[in-house]
Amino acid sequence: MARASEAPAASELSGPAQHGLELYRRMLVVRRFEEAVQALFQRGEVHGTTHLYIGEEAGAIGVCDVLDERDKVAGTYRGHGHSLGAGVDPQALLDEMLGRETGVCGGRAGSMNVIDQAHGLIGSFGIIGGSISAATGAALALQRQGRGGVAVAFFGEGTTNHGYFHECLNFAAVLRLPVVFVCENNRYGEFTPFEDVTAGDIAARPQALGLPTETVDGMDVWAVREAAAAAVARARDGEGPQFIQSMTYRFVGHSRSDPAKYRKPGELEEWKARDPLKVARERLAEAFGVSGDVVDGVDAAVAEQFERIVAQSLAAPYPTPERDGAREFAPSTS
Amino acid sequence: MADKLEFRRAIRDALDEELARDDRVVFFGEDVAKPGGVFAATPGLYDAHGEARVFDTPISELAITGAAFGAAVCGLRPVIEIMFADFLPLAMDGMVNQAAKYWYLSNEQAPAPIVVRSAFGAGGRFGAIHSQSPVAWFQNVPGLKIVAPSTPADAKALLKAAIRDDNPVLFLEHKRLYSLKRDAGEHGGEEVATIGEARVVRSGADLTVATVAASVHHALAAAETLAADGIELEVVDLRTLRPLDVPAVVASVTKTNRLLVLEEGPLTGGWAGELVARVGEEALGELDDVWRLATDDLPTPYSPPLEDDFLPGVEAIVAAVRARLGARVA
Repeated sequence: MARASEAPAASELSGPAQHGLELYRRMLVVRRFEEAVQALFQRGEVHGTTHLYIGEEAGAIGVCDVLDERDKVAGTYRGHGHSLGAGVDPQALLDEMLGRETGVCGGRAGSMNVIDQAHGLIGSFGIIGGSISAATGAALALQRQGRGGVAVAFFGEGTTNHGYFHECLNFAAVLRLPVVFVCENNRYGEFTPFEDVTAGDIAARPQALGLPTETVDGMDVWAVREAAAAAVARARDGEGPQFIQSMTYRFVGHSRSDPAKYRKPGELEEWKARDPLKVARERLAEAFGVSGDVVDGVDAAVAEQFERIVAQSLAAPYPTPERDGAREFAPSTS
Repeated sequence: MADKLEFRRAIRDALDEELARDDRVVFFGEDVAKPGGVFAATPGLYDAHGEARVFDTPISELAITGAAFGAAVCGLRPVIEIMFADFLPLAMDGMVNQAAKYWYLSNEQAPAPIVVRSAFGAGGRFGAIHSQSPVAWFQNVPGLKIVAPSTPADAKALLKAAIRDDNPVLFLEHKRLYSLKRDAGEHGGEEVATIGEARVVRSGADLTVATVAASVHHALAAAETLAADGIELEVVDLRTLRPLDVPAVVASVTKTNRLLVLEEGPLTGGWAGELVARVGEEALGELDDVWRLATDDLPTPYSPPLEDDFLPGVEAIVAAVRARLGARVA
């Protein structure tokens, strides 16, 4: 391990070290974004409800890192990480959370329903399973279009008990669709431990349908990325649907009103010891010789970025019914 | 004289022509490809267009509809078949929560052009869960269009229009019409219809009857009987149930001053109530009388005499019209 005084500055990094630092930065952007949403919710600037991805950042960032402009992503109502992973501009996303006209969906969608076609985010789905069917359909289109695109569905372990899960995995398997199903197992379906309501082994379900299935440490962005790279490559090569179970944990309640009193004693602390940002920091130092000072520099830059983003969101205009000009139907025909 | 066209052949030909016209169109569902459909409406399409365009699926309505939505927002123009309209509740999330909201929620980034074909309607002794007309379940879903043709020519022209429409369309095919044969060009041979336009299919001065699909034929038959009584019905084939062509009905009512809305479906909460409300709001002064004829608020019975009595067929229309205005027509 390099001593701090000998470690290169961020600008001098290259190859795996530079890439690793970038993965860390993207996870940190998700973390700071979610913290901003939480703070703004408490100020009454974010409305309704919101579901935060704090603790689960390695999932979306690790998977999306192996995607390219041909690919499509479908996220969930806990979808801010999926959106940012897909490349949605944090400013446009926060503006959406605040219901502003400059939001990625003009303030029409809100936290649970974000769509950003320009970045391959075909949607965020407020009812579990929607992401699975949307990605299955996206994969159908990508397969027919023949340009090697792959669709990714993010969903939680609770969704593996849903009709969409069973129907779509089978549908995708018989059609050999290029889709990667990413089950983010954060151990709780809303307020209920998954083992209380889930029979058997989740990974055995896709395996029974013949899907290559890998369970990975969802707190380690490199482990997630490696599994995703292999799965996406197989899907691109025409090997059909793939399945990843990413073992993770949310550090916050299910939604804004949930104090998460159902956690087992000591469980949160145990998982926080494996905070994906902490894991990444340690790995950057040990495996890539990136000094704490360099990582601190990234922290400072992201903190400064979010000060600007939050201020700009708060100053952004609300949509008005007069300007909205909503149309029930798309006016065009083919 | 134009050749006769069978309703099921019209469906098939519309699909065939649109699959040939636009390579983004795909068609899938249960037993639709190699078997050619349980109502024999889609034979030969698999052979003509190949497995990539026309394919059979598992019996998985959630997956079929959700996948159609996902494919539509990624550039395909899927047509799916939900075998019986009674199965549409299984497809509802994809249609209602995903496809129909996408244009608005995305701030008009992209539409979700799917066509959901489904066989609906009673009279075939199929029992309560293969006979429904679930229009009202979808009637108050913004962003969704609902089409229900009454003739082979309309079936073809409206299905082609539905496939070319950028919005999600529920395309309802009354199962009692599949064997109907009529002139291919009986309405001027228009190739692609305009969704949302009703058509007056019989002129009359005394009463407007607004309806769709198989009920149009019942209304026309009733009109012949009533004409012998000196009562002249004007029959408006709505053709589209969302959006409703309210101006066309108002124009007819302005002439007849009476409106009967005929719905094959339960009275309470049906689409007929919506049409009556709209006409009342826009043309109350033109109306001397307005009422609905629908089914009782019960499931469709199986036994033939019970089902025949349950449905608002020709005899029920004639009796209702005579009872309602027989004495008032000069």
